[in-house]
Amino acid sequence: MNEADWVAQLGFALVGVGLVFSATRVVTSDNLVRSVLWLAVTLCATAVLFLMLSAPFMASIQLMLYTGGVITLMLFGVMLTNREAGVVVANERNSPKRAAALAISVFAVFAAAIIGSRDALPTRPLDATAVTTAVLGQSFLTDHLLAFEVLSVLLLAAMIGAVVLARRRDFGEPSGRRVKKKTAADPGAEA
Amino acid sequence: MSLVGYLLLAAALFCIGIYGLLTRRNAIGILLSVELMANAVNINLVAFAAAHGDHLGQVFALFSTAITVAEVAVGLALVILVFRSRRSVLVDELGELKG
Repeated sequence: MNEADWVAQLGFALVGVGLVFSATRVVTSDNLVRSVLWLAVTLCATAVLFLMLSAPFMASIQLMLYTGGVITLMLFGVMLTNREAGVVVANERNSPKRAAALAISVFAVFAAAIIGSRDALPTRPLDATAVTTAVLGQSFLTDHLLAFEVLSVLLLAAMIGAVVLARRRDFGEPSGRRVKKKTAADPGAEA
Repeated sequence: MSLVGYLLLAAALFCIGIYGLLTRRNAIGILLSVELMANAVNINLVAFAAAHGDHLGQVFALFSTAITVAEVAVGLALVILVFRSRRSVLVDELGELKG
């Protein structure tokens, strides 16, 4: 084993331990805000993993979309659905023993399957071909153009859906009409 | 590092996500666990893409990333809606449809 291999293995071990530790903290932390922040650590470690797999565009998307967008969204969700003041949000768990047993047995099945099919897996070095953004963009706009456009429709639908769902009170009814009705029924409301 | 290491790491993350999914009582905690599991799947996709020297796995992973983000936005909107009508986001208090 030469020196570069050794460094790569050490890096993978460090990132892997960090990933598993932070993921464990996400599901075991007693404070929901801490859970969200540990998830940010997990997602950053995943971005490092993507860099090690020579996927720089994936890594940057991971940082921008997940660590930037999803974590902010999650923190807003925690703050909006929280009755207590302050940043300590109770985050209790139930039946951890049975859940742990199930999770460990599922992992055992996965590990057995992965190690059992080790010889059938491709053996190319993982950092041999760097996938550039140009290649990905070309692929999106030629071979996968339809899927790409459908995805943009999905994002639009999700955006409108989220706004409609989370809008205050006037659910499914144009807001202008409701305001008019209210002032007509109760003329003293504006005073 | 070989592909086996990445696959085992992703499997471990996925199972930690399963554990969180089963034990969390807060709906946002459950969403966090689903995020962990989706993340594990993305690691697998990118690792296989690298192992085959093909960019298609990354294209797939990018699609799944975008869909996951949309799912989080709608999921959080639903959680906020539930909170507004029930004043609680603990999923074991939402048992009306229980047989």
